[in-house]
Amino acid sequence: MKIGVLALQGAFREHIHKLQALEVEASEVRLPDHLRGLDALIIPGGESTTMGKLAESFDLLQPLKAFTREKPTWGTCAGLILLANRAARQKKGGQPLIGGLNITVDRNFFGRQVDSFEADLDVPALAQAARPEDPTGPFHAIFIRAPAVVEVGPQVEILARLPENGPIVAVRQGHLLGTAFHPELSNDLRFHRYFLRMVETGR
Amino acid sequence: MEPITGTFTVKSGLAEMLKGGVIMDVTNAEQARIAEEAGAVAVMALERVPADIRAQGGVARMSDPEKILEIMDAVTIPVMAKVRIGHFVEAQILEYLGVDFIDESEVLTPADEEHHINKWDFKVPFVCGCRNLGEALRRINEGAAMIRTKGEAGTGDVVEAVRHARAVLGEIRRLQTMAPEEMYTYAKNIGAPYQLVKLTAEMGRLPVVNFAAGGIATPADAAMMMQLGMDGVFVGSGIFKSGNPAKRAAAIVKAVTHYRDPAILAEVSRNLGEPMVGRTVESMPAEERIAHRGW
Repeated sequence: MKIGVLALQGAFREHIHKLQALEVEASEVRLPDHLRGLDALIIPGGESTTMGKLAESFDLLQPLKAFTREKPTWGTCAGLILLANRAARQKKGGQPLIGGLNITVDRNFFGRQVDSFEADLDVPALAQAARPEDPTGPFHAIFIRAPAVVEVGPQVEILARLPENGPIVAVRQGHLLGTAFHPELSNDLRFHRYFLRMVETGR
Repeated sequence: MEPITGTFTVKSGLAEMLKGGVIMDVTNAEQARIAEEAGAVAVMALERVPADIRAQGGVARMSDPEKILEIMDAVTIPVMAKVRIGHFVEAQILEYLGVDFIDESEVLTPADEEHHINKWDFKVPFVCGCRNLGEALRRINEGAAMIRTKGEAGTGDVVEAVRHARAVLGEIRRLQTMAPEEMYTYAKNIGAPYQLVKLTAEMGRLPVVNFAAGGIATPADAAMMMQLGMDGVFVGSGIFKSGNPAKRAAAIVKAVTHYRDPAILAEVSRNLGEPMVGRTVESMPAEERIAHRGW
């Protein structure tokens, strides 16, 4: 199994370290050629406007759309925004999106950096892929100028909300996974295991 | 657990998200939009870029909040702003305004010649300049969530940025070869807390994100800093003091992503128009240099 991590900008190295910790081959994707031979893709956190711009400049947007239509792809934070079919509060003049997830995200839903936060999330689905050595109980999630999912289509499974029936922050639609927070910054491999299981089961 | 804001994890986490990106100095909404369109990961809101601060002289202070708010309204990417070294009230004002990152910067006239701001007091993250490992670790000890090399701002001469990057990265490499007992003495000698020295040795890098700054003016300058091992770059006067800011800004963004690809670097370096005029650091009298500010 070989998993690519979009390496245009942002926290791609952290995802690669997590994949290496799980003994999965990982590679950086900056140009269309780099998608060849990959079984799945992770789009990391960073600035969605920067990644969109760079993807456009190097003719990567169409190849990414084609790839994510078929192969398992996971977007974290900025990656979730890029995988959304619709994004509210885009930069002036709009910004390129890859799409695929039938959701609307609100960029910076929670406000500016001073409103960034850590929270414990109940994510029942993680139990499917967890191993005995993993932590149990809630997933400690880190939200940095994070988006939230404000609308979901009928095919979209809600994996996690903030406590007390709060905003939706993790979703899955078939082979696509999206999280508004950064499992690559948490000291917990369960979300990465969950994604690997999606890749292994070919969905 | 209730959601909790202002932790060091979320402060240093924003810096992690800026990695592989370019942060650009802008002085108004129009420049901020040009930077965002070019693919900047953040903008630094200023009244004057460092080259003009140098040319005009006098005391350089925090920018007018009106100016900063105008820039915050214009773009969706993070907005940073500068305070004088040690000026914790300027920092309180910027935090209140909702600025995403504060640069406690030697480019402005220092307000305190002995103390930097106690950055643990703030929910907003700080970036601070350094010339070597000791200075970087002192700032992290005070709560800085991100470090940048000082370079020599407003010159367009990359030589000091290179000197400072090589100093920090070279010292980290040497640290990794030290025996534990040598590390105690080394910590004392560089004036840094032993725990942070030890952590840096274990990690093989600074415990926070480390950007290059101070004199970067071309895509090749930016790519060189990345190849040296920096996490991203600040470009100050280099963009809006050049002949074609939009084109140069986009080229530097591309160069930072594709920093190891000479074919792309050659392509993006073509026909960029006039670079900022610049002045060599070597020709500057010592009293005009600013990198020594900070303690």
